[in-house]
Amino acid sequence: MVAIPLLDISDLTVEFGTRRGIVRAVEKVDFTVAKGETVGIVGESGSGKSVTSYAVMRILDRAGRIADGSITFSGIDIRSADEAYMRDLRGREISMIFQNPRAALNPIRKVGRQLEDVLLRHVQAVPSNAKEKAIDLLNQVRISRPEERYHAYPFELSGGMCQRIVFALALACRPQLLIADEPTTGLDATTQKAVMDLVVELTRARGMSTILITHDLGLAAAYCDKVIVMERGKVVETAPSGSIFKDPQHPYTRKLMRATPRPGITLRDLLPATDEEPPASSVVVMDGKPLLSVRDLVKEYPRQGAGATLASLFGKKAADAAPFRAVGGISFDVMRGESVGLVGESGCGKSTTSMMIMRLLDPTSGSIQFNGVDIGGLAAKSFAAHPMRPKIQMVFQDPTDSLNPRYTAARAISDPILRMGGGQSAAQVRARCEELARLVGLPGDLLDRFPHQLSGGQKARVGIARAIALDPDLVVLDEPTAALDVSVQAIVLNLLQELKERLSMSYLFVSHDLHVVHLLCDRVIVMRNGAIVEQGSADRVLSHPEHEYTRELLAAVPTPPV
Amino acid sequence: MTSIPSLIGVVIVSFLLTRVLPGDTATYFAGPAATPKALEEVRKQLGLDKPLPEQFLRYVADLTHGDLGNSLTTGQTVVGDITSRLPASAELTLIGLLLALLIAVPLGILAAVRQGSWIDHLCRVVATAGVSLPVFFTGLLLVYVFYFLLGWSPAPLGRLDIFFSEPPRITGFLLVDSIIARDWEVLRAALSQLILPALTLAVFSLAPIARITRASMLTALSSDFVRTARASGLKPITVTMTYAFRNAMLPVITTLGMVFSFLLGANVLVEKVFAWPGIGSYAVEALIASDFAPVQGFVLAMAILYVILNLAIDLLYGVIDPRVRVTT
Repeated sequence: MVAIPLLDISDLTVEFGTRRGIVRAVEKVDFTVAKGETVGIVGESGSGKSVTSYAVMRILDRAGRIADGSITFSGIDIRSADEAYMRDLRGREISMIFQNPRAALNPIRKVGRQLEDVLLRHVQAVPSNAKEKAIDLLNQVRISRPEERYHAYPFELSGGMCQRIVFALALACRPQLLIADEPTTGLDATTQKAVMDLVVELTRARGMSTILITHDLGLAAAYCDKVIVMERGKVVETAPSGSIFKDPQHPYTRKLMRATPRPGITLRDLLPATDEEPPASSVVVMDGKPLLSVRDLVKEYPRQGAGATLASLFGKKAADAAPFRAVGGISFDVMRGESVGLVGESGCGKSTTSMMIMRLLDPTSGSIQFNGVDIGGLAAKSFAAHPMRPKIQMVFQDPTDSLNPRYTAARAISDPILRMGGGQSAAQVRARCEELARLVGLPGDLLDRFPHQLSGGQKARVGIARAIALDPDLVVLDEPTAALDVSVQAIVLNLLQELKERLSMSYLFVSHDLHVVHLLCDRVIVMRNGAIVEQGSADRVLSHPEHEYTRELLAAVPTPPV
Repeated sequence: MTSIPSLIGVVIVSFLLTRVLPGDTATYFAGPAATPKALEEVRKQLGLDKPLPEQFLRYVADLTHGDLGNSLTTGQTVVGDITSRLPASAELTLIGLLLALLIAVPLGILAAVRQGSWIDHLCRVVATAGVSLPVFFTGLLLVYVFYFLLGWSPAPLGRLDIFFSEPPRITGFLLVDSIIARDWEVLRAALSQLILPALTLAVFSLAPIARITRASMLTALSSDFVRTARASGLKPITVTMTYAFRNAMLPVITTLGMVFSFLLGANVLVEKVFAWPGIGSYAVEALIASDFAPVQGFVLAMAILYVILNLAIDLLYGVIDPRVRVTT
C-alpha cells in the first residue's frame, strides 16, 4: 500500500525576473514528503533550496513566480489556491522557521504579543485566553520563566532563545508541515544541538512532517529520514539518509561529502581527488621563542554606559554591580610558524581577545608581548603608527562586509602597502598586487573588479591577499570561512595552510568549528566565559579532551557518518 | 543638558553676525535728515558707542534676567513681541505639518506596498512637485483659485477676519482658545483663515515625509520579521501596519523633526503672502531695519525650540523603540 504523501512537488520550476532577463532558480524539482517524515534538502548557496520552500508557502519575492509544475499539499493545489486561502494555510497548516532568528522577530513588539498575533489570527485563542496560551507555548519550547519572557523584546534574548520563540510561532497552530530554513546557522554547536533536538522531539510528538533546509551534511545526516541534494536549482540525488552518506551516487554529493570537515582526515582530503602529489610540507623551524606572548590579559566593561541619563528618565536604576569581565586574565603563547586555534562559544571572549591582540581594543590589564616588544601598554589609537603594526594582520569573518564596496580588488589588496609600506611607485605597488594575487590563486584579470562582481571564495582570497601584503609575522583569522560554502571553505583552508608554510607566518585562528580548527591548527585553546579551560596540541585536545566542557562541545557537533 | 553649549554658541554667533551685517542702526533710526550730532546722540542712547566686548557683556547680563532688549521698530520688548507672535507661527506650522502627515504617510505606505503601481508614481509626482514649487507661488496660486476665482475662502488677511473679536487669550493658539471659550463662530472663522496657508506649507513639507515613509516602508517590508509574519499567515493589514509601519516610523519621526524646525523659520514667505502675524515676518522686518535685538531674540527662540523638539523626538523614540530605552 502506498500512502498518499502530505506534500507532493512535481516538475516545480521557479523563475525570477531580473534586470538581465529571467533566471531559473529552481528547475523541474520533484520530491514528496510523507506524513511524519523528516526530509533534508542539502545544497550550497544558490542551489535553490530556500526558493523551493518559499514556493511551497507561496511567499516568493515580487520578482519570483512559479513557472511550471505542481505543488500538492494534502490534496490542495497550492499553485492555483487563491491568496486568502493561502493565508489561512500559512501558519495553520504549513509553518516555517528561519535562519537568523533575531531578525525574524519583530524587534519592537513583545515576543508574547507576536505569539498572540498568530494564535488570534488562526482562531486558536480568543483575546481573553491568548496570554495564557502564549505562555503555554513558551513553556512547550522550554523557555524558563515564561511569564517573564512573555514581556521580553527579541533584543533582550539570546540567539538560541529567539530561535525557540520563532519555533513556538511555527508550532502555535499545530501545523502538519514545518519548514526549517537553516534554523541553526549562526548558532553555537551546543545551542544548535539543543534547538534541533527540541524541534525533532516536538515535531515527532505531534506527528508533523519536517523539511530541513541546510548546507550542513552532518546536520542533515543526524536528523533526517531522507536527504535531497540540490545543485543549481536541480535535484541531483534523493536517498534515505542512512545510505546517502555511505554510498553517494552523484559526483556532486561526493564532492560535498569530501569537503565537509570531519575527524580523522587531513586538509588535503577536503579537496577533490587528484593524481597530483601533495607538495611536501616543509618542516617549520620553531626556535622556541614565542612570537606572541599574552600574560594575564583582562578586559572589563562597565555594566552601564556613562550616558545613563535617558535610562534613568524611564525609571531604570543605574546598576552599580561589578564590571563585566569579558576576558578574565588569560595567558598563552604563539610560537613562530605555529597556528593556534582559539575556540569557544559566542560570548566566551575569543573575539575580544583577538581584538586586543590586534590592538583595536585597550586591555584593562595584562601584557601582550609581540616580537619581544610590549604592545599591550600602547594606546589602541597610537598603535596604527607603531612599527610593529604591519607585522600583525587580520582576516575577517565576512569576506563581503570587510571589503570596501567602492574599492577594486587591486585597491583593497594594496591598501596596507599604500598606508604602511613606505613610498612605493604606482608600478611597484601594482606589481606587488599581482604577485600577491598569484600567491592566493586569484586570477589577475579579476584584480580590477569590484567586490560585488566577485564570488564569495574570490572575496575571501582578496581578504587574505590584503592581510599578507606586508609579510606579517602573525595573522589573526577571525572565522575566515564561516560565511563560505563547504567546497569553497575546503579550498580556502588549504590555501591558508600552504601560505603559512611558504611565508612562515603564525596564525591565531578564531573559530567555533572544532573540525576546522583540528584541520588547520597545531595547538588549540578552548575558552569559556572569558577563561581558558583547556589548551594543548590539537590532536590531543580534540581526540582526548580532558575538560568536561571540551567534551560537551565535541559531542554537540553533528558529523556525517562516513 | 548636552544642548547648553550649543545654546551658548548660538548666543555668541547671533550677536556677532548681527554686528557684522552691513547697515547702521543709528543712521536708520535718526532718519535721513539727521545731523552728525543727532546721530552721535542716538548712538550713545543705544549703547552702540561702546566697544564690542562691552556690548556683548551687557547683552549677556540682560539675557540672564530674561531680557532680550527692546525692538526699535515696534517699540515693544522683544520677549513680548515673540511671545505674542510665536503662537501664530507655531499654530500655522503645526497644522501645516499635520496636514502633510495625513496626506504623505498614507501615500508613502501605499506607494511602498504597491511598489511600481500608479499610486507609487503619484507619490513620486506629488513629492517632486511639492519641493519644486516655491511656497510663495503655491500660496498665491491657492489664494487665486480659492479666494479670487471660487470665493470659498476669506481674504488672506491675517489670523482672523476683522468682524470677529479674538477669544480670551489663554494659549495663544486661536483654535484652542476659541474651543476653550466655546465660541464656535470664531473657531470656524479662524479655521477658514488657517486652511490655505497651512495647505501651502503642507504641500512644501509633503515631499520629504512621503519619500522617507516610502523608503523606510520598503526596507521594513523586505525585512526578515515581515517574512515571518507573512509565513504565519497574518492578515496583510496587520503585516503592513503592526509589523512593517511601526518599525518604519522611526526614520519618519526623525524627518518630521527636521521638517518642523526648518518650516518654523522658513515660513516667512507664507506669512508674508497671507499677512500672518508670525515671528518669521517679524524677524525679517527687523533684519531689514537693522534692528538687532529682535533678530537675536528670534535666533535664540528658534534654537531653544529646536532643542525642545529634539528632546521630544528622543522621548518619542523611547516610546516606540524599546531598544533605545536601554542602549542610551
